[in-house]
Amino acid sequence: MSGLPLLSLAIWVPIIAGLVVLATGSDRNSPLARMLALLGAIFGLLVTLPLYTGFDMTTPAMQFVELSPWIPRFNINYHLGVDGISMFFVILNSFITVIVVLAGWKVINNKVAQYNAAFLIMSGLLNGIFASLDGMLFYIFFEASLIPLYLIIGVWGGPRRVYAAFKFFLFTLLGSLLFLISLIYLFVQSGGSFSILDWHQLPLAMVPQMWIFLAFLVAFAVKVPMWPVHTWLPDAHVEAPTGGSIVLAAIALKLGAYGFLRFSLPIAPDASHELSGLIVGLSLIAIVYIGLVALVQEDMKKLVAYSSIAHMGFVTLGFFMFSALGLEGALVQMISHGFIAGAMFYCIGVMYDRVHSRQIVDYGGVVNTMPKFAAFFMLFAMANAGLPATSGFVGEFMVILAAVKFNFWVAFAAASTMIVGAAYTLWMYKRVIFGAVANHHVAELTDISAREFLVLALLATGALGMGLYPQPFTEVMHSSVNELLRHIAVSKIL
Amino acid sequence: MTLAEMQFVPPDLYPVSAEIFLLSMACLILIVDLFVRDKKNTLSFVLTQLTLLGAALITVFTSARLLSLLIAVTLGPEAAADLTPRYIEALGIPVGDEITYTFGKLYVDDLMGDLLKLMLYLTVMLVLFYSRAYLLEREQMAKSEYYTLTLFATLGMMVMISANHLVTVYIGVELLSLSLYALVALNRDSVPATEAAMKYFVLGALASGLLLYGMSMIYGATGSLEITAIAERLFSGQANKTILGFGVVFLVSGLAFKLGVVPFHMWIPDVYHGAPTPVTLFIASAPKLAAFAIVIRVLVNGLIVVSQDWQAMLLILAVLSMAVGNFAAIAQTNLKRMLAYSAISHMGFMLLGLVTGVVGGDARYALNAYSSSMFYVITYVLTSAGTFGMILLLSRSGFESDEISDFAGLNKRSPWFAAVMMMMMFSMAGVPFFVGFFAKFSVLQAVVAAGYLWLAIAAVFFSLVGAYYYLRVVKVMYFDPPANKTPITAPMNAKVLMSANGLAVALLGIFPQTLMSLCAFSLLRSL
Repeated sequence: MSGLPLLSLAIWVPIIAGLVVLATGSDRNSPLARMLALLGAIFGLLVTLPLYTGFDMTTPAMQFVELSPWIPRFNINYHLGVDGISMFFVILNSFITVIVVLAGWKVINNKVAQYNAAFLIMSGLLNGIFASLDGMLFYIFFEASLIPLYLIIGVWGGPRRVYAAFKFFLFTLLGSLLFLISLIYLFVQSGGSFSILDWHQLPLAMVPQMWIFLAFLVAFAVKVPMWPVHTWLPDAHVEAPTGGSIVLAAIALKLGAYGFLRFSLPIAPDASHELSGLIVGLSLIAIVYIGLVALVQEDMKKLVAYSSIAHMGFVTLGFFMFSALGLEGALVQMISHGFIAGAMFYCIGVMYDRVHSRQIVDYGGVVNTMPKFAAFFMLFAMANAGLPATSGFVGEFMVILAAVKFNFWVAFAAASTMIVGAAYTLWMYKRVIFGAVANHHVAELTDISAREFLVLALLATGALGMGLYPQPFTEVMHSSVNELLRHIAVSKIL
Repeated sequence: MTLAEMQFVPPDLYPVSAEIFLLSMACLILIVDLFVRDKKNTLSFVLTQLTLLGAALITVFTSARLLSLLIAVTLGPEAAADLTPRYIEALGIPVGDEITYTFGKLYVDDLMGDLLKLMLYLTVMLVLFYSRAYLLEREQMAKSEYYTLTLFATLGMMVMISANHLVTVYIGVELLSLSLYALVALNRDSVPATEAAMKYFVLGALASGLLLYGMSMIYGATGSLEITAIAERLFSGQANKTILGFGVVFLVSGLAFKLGVVPFHMWIPDVYHGAPTPVTLFIASAPKLAAFAIVIRVLVNGLIVVSQDWQAMLLILAVLSMAVGNFAAIAQTNLKRMLAYSAISHMGFMLLGLVTGVVGGDARYALNAYSSSMFYVITYVLTSAGTFGMILLLSRSGFESDEISDFAGLNKRSPWFAAVMMMMMFSMAGVPFFVGFFAKFSVLQAVVAAGYLWLAIAAVFFSLVGAYYYLRVVKVMYFDPPANKTPITAPMNAKVLMSANGLAVALLGIFPQTLMSLCAFSLLRSL
């Protein structure tokens, strides 16, 4: 372990890089802005790698802890640290930032500096969310990260971008404001502490636990998103530029799920047990119903957006069965979904940049003109459908296994995704890629460039590597997950 | 009492030296203006700014407590303990009590007053800098009366901040109001401005009447007009309950009018909209500080015994203001009018801190609650000055730039000022990392600590509604194509100050601790 404040670097390197990029100003300097953004993103990724190499897998305690007072008036501290649950998300987020900068390289020609700066700043803020151990610090990063994404959707988005940006912002703000009240309530109850770790130990009666759990649920369910508060996501995804969709799917959706692990389960364990039926039910609706909704979509981005909601249903299902297998499966699913959904959106972006349509009917026979691309897209489509040897399989399989132990019918419903998921993904793939060349747009397509190849190869490495050899991921989680389960098995009611 | 004993004791003028200086300078500027023929009024402008600077220096260097506090804040407590006594001795500042009364307890000088006055000078200076170019570009507005009236209004606010007597409160309020009526009508050929001035005057006179009527009833109930004496009489239980109750109602109504909270808010949208933008900027910023001060002086210092009564009234006013202000703001297309409704909702939010000071006779949370309100009002004034200043910055001769659509595509015209305006809007919406978030947070924690969970939930619900119209301004600036492509012609000093204002909103949002503790500390030493 080095003496550097690694987590602070993970947060502030991208933010400062973003401000530097912003300073390059007008679009005349766009090549410089792109180069600086890429350097900043790569440097931001490099500083997070020691988090993995220096990680001590034997302890569930927080590591790389930084603690200094920030606002002593309210006992708010700049308190950072990661455990086996949060560490991967910091790295994944920094990795995705590199992907996003590369993805927007040729496509974004309007306000290039602001575009890249928004992503870099958001990357820093997202790292801040995963690394915060102070409730208020968490909240501040959580809410501040809305601003860049609002601008990204609104400035560089599609025709209905204004509607989508407002819907996204106001939906998430609604959830987070109740979350804020709960945080202040916990602050008062705990006698003036905003430390999340203190709150984990705070005894609470059943009724306050219930209210806190429900307030947290509103905040996190909107972010995940869970049925029935998912409706902002398809709009946001469809209108966002490719980079925005990638970050949204790969990282932003994980915030809600992460919130369940860091806040809901350990702070209100009794309410979590009490209301687990509700969450399991909502998760199954997401898996089955939203899966069927995905089947009938005609817009590729919308289809992947709905499939994201269904996949996140697995995550929340895995959390609320209270078994190590389910929890680890859910965590693996979160990381794997980051690679796969990111890659799916990138693939759609690659086609959109050439044809300027996301409708499935506008395509057909793409494999004839873009063979290399078709191969990559095939891999990710299979991963999205949960094919063994891809990362998509590992997480879903672990959660289904846990579900079989939990309740057969829950497992039955969850496993139906293997069919539905394969149906919507592969059917879309077939209609877009295979068959005869559908129109002159498809006939004029050029295959992927070296840059696009690099992006897809990086994502494919992640999806395949994690599918073939998931152990490096799971072994890091073990002790933290077991500690969490031990913690929530104990009642906090005095 | 014999004649020999009734000798005249001259009042201690030391605590009011800033007020005396400001008054003399205002009169001087008035006379100088008669003899100097200058279409640009440069001399008046410079003298006014120097007067405010001088008043700030006098306020700092005549108050041992403020000086030691400022040294402690800038250099740290250890250095302060060492340096402060030496400075105070070298400058010959008398170390008086924490709270100094003068003019036979008509007037009070304490840390809260000092701090608010310092903020007041700063705000007025900012206002004058922002307004300068606008006034010069319009012939009918380029009068030096703008500067003298502003100074008299500032004096009125200083009197309000330091009032320890209901009559002093009234004199301060009237001095401020009369100056403002004239300022609103400064552009006498403008129909909306004269209409706004007329409305303001009629309603303002009504409110002054309510205030006076309330004061007379308080006098009837307690036999005193001096705020500290009123508090003592009430503590000893000598007051007539019925008359006192009526007095409190009238007093709260009058104060609510000055704060501009529902249902005494009718004048706010019309006056903000109709007045020339530099005057709107002035009305929307500094007077909020003074209004907060008289609320603290009258209700907290004087009437804390009947806090249950006025807290219940303020609670209703606060919730109504947040509701009406936020919902009505959505429908506005004029930015000044939208900000007027937003001001109503902000004052409602600020009142929440005053509502939760005393819970069931328990004043444990009072300091926390009142200091959260003070923090809220100071940061609001800073942000509000910035937003109206931005309208002035973008306006030109013949172009007011006060419609929301005038901000369309600002990001293309000037990315930096679009970013500054965005920071102001997000700050007002209460999104971190901007200071507005910590203002809302500190009030909310006071509300939750006092046990009013439902009130906190209502407050955040209305904040959510409010976020919509602030976001709309950001949308117009960033998502829409530019309405016009003219470069921004404002003078350099306004641009620099606007940038500093924006950075202050952001930096106070990252490091709010100092200002928060200043508020808490000054109230601790003043209540």
